[in-house]
Amino acid sequence: MTDSAMVLASEFPPGVDSFDYRDWFTGLSDTALTNVFTTVTFGVWLAAAVLIVFFLWAYRKPRLVPTRMQWMAESAYGVVRNSISVDILGKEVGVRFAPYLTTLFMFVLLTNFLAIVPVMQISPNSHIAFPAVLAIITWVIYVSVGIRKHGLGQFLKITVIPPGAPAFILPLLIPLEFLQNLVLRPLTLALRLFANMFAGHLILLVFILGGFAMLESGNVFIQGLSFVSMLMGIGLTLFELIVIVLQAYVFTLLTTLYIQGSLADEH
Amino acid sequence: MILAAEGGIGILIPVWQEIVVGAIAFGLLCFVLMKFVFPRMEATFEARVDAIEGGIERAEKAQEEAAQTLEEYRRRLSGAQDEAAAIRDEARADAVSAKEEILASAREEANRIIAAGHANVEASRQQLVRELRGEVGNLAVDLAGKIIGQRLAGEASTERTVDQFLAELSDDTANETSGAR
Repeated sequence: MTDSAMVLASEFPPGVDSFDYRDWFTGLSDTALTNVFTTVTFGVWLAAAVLIVFFLWAYRKPRLVPTRMQWMAESAYGVVRNSISVDILGKEVGVRFAPYLTTLFMFVLLTNFLAIVPVMQISPNSHIAFPAVLAIITWVIYVSVGIRKHGLGQFLKITVIPPGAPAFILPLLIPLEFLQNLVLRPLTLALRLFANMFAGHLILLVFILGGFAMLESGNVFIQGLSFVSMLMGIGLTLFELIVIVLQAYVFTLLTTLYIQGSLADEH
Repeated sequence: MILAAEGGIGILIPVWQEIVVGAIAFGLLCFVLMKFVFPRMEATFEARVDAIEGGIERAEKAQEEAAQTLEEYRRRLSGAQDEAAAIRDEARADAVSAKEEILASAREEANRIIAAGHANVEASRQQLVRELRGEVGNLAVDLAGKIIGQRLAGEASTERTVDQFLAELSDDTANETSGAR
């Protein structure tokens, strides 16, 4: 490890330490503010700032006949609102949850997207903390929505007892359902996003750093083949773009489905 | 601080500072977007729907009005046509009756004129006959006196003879005139 503020992954092969970013201000490293000013947290702030500025600016003066920017902002909202929220939750509830779901989708999308933005090229979601925050919020929402609708007892009953299950199997089912619906859901939600972004970053590192490693080797053959590794890196960057959009969509979709499950009268 | 310093499992343990940063950043984002942006979008959507539906409503209303006006116009037009036909018929009837009236009066007038002419002619003839009767009597008496040299004037028998003669004469002329007719 170097002493510079930013650690750029430069060793081959890349490992989990490729995801470690040092504090920008080295003096903070042993205080409570350690890990607060790093490239990764900067990415989070950047994504939030870009979204806030874009939406506020695009919607500073809404008109019936939208301008280009207004139309783009409305489209972003409209996609999540109509094809996820209203589609799954129905018109009334869907419109109520659409603002949060859109914010969630846009935030995950943009933080994911930092994985392929040049210079940055690391998604904050490849650190488990950020997906965990989002997953906890999702958990709080779907649990509180369910309790508010059914009351605590009824909500627990609906959540842990599948309808139509015979009584003798309930001792086995109740712990399983409890674990699955109330404990594992937020974990899997967070892990899915984290693992995808983590793996994506690692794959890009393997091919791009591998290309450089091959270039630096003494063997002319291996040096000549290094461009293949580079091309793979470029191709996988495009593939990563698909993963970015897909994971943002999946996270939002699952959140919506969990809310729907909590609001449903019967499973 | 290096996350993975303790080993591979380290990547699954969240750094609490990052959780705080993520929560604050995302919370701020949610606050701004959900308070200032998306509610206004919903309002705009509603206003847009209103505007479109209002526009359709207005157009429908205008169309209905136009249809009503057209109907009214057609009704008036057909009314005017009926009225014109009635006026034309009346005028035609008026003209026919006026023509008949004029013809009748003309015929009457003609008959009257013809009758007057006849009366005139008759009166003239009577007068002529009367005058002639006196004249002829005198002439005949004068002539006879001259021929027989005797004065017959003033005698009753003479007058009777003359009257008788004239009566025969007038009968003859009456027969002649009626025969000429």
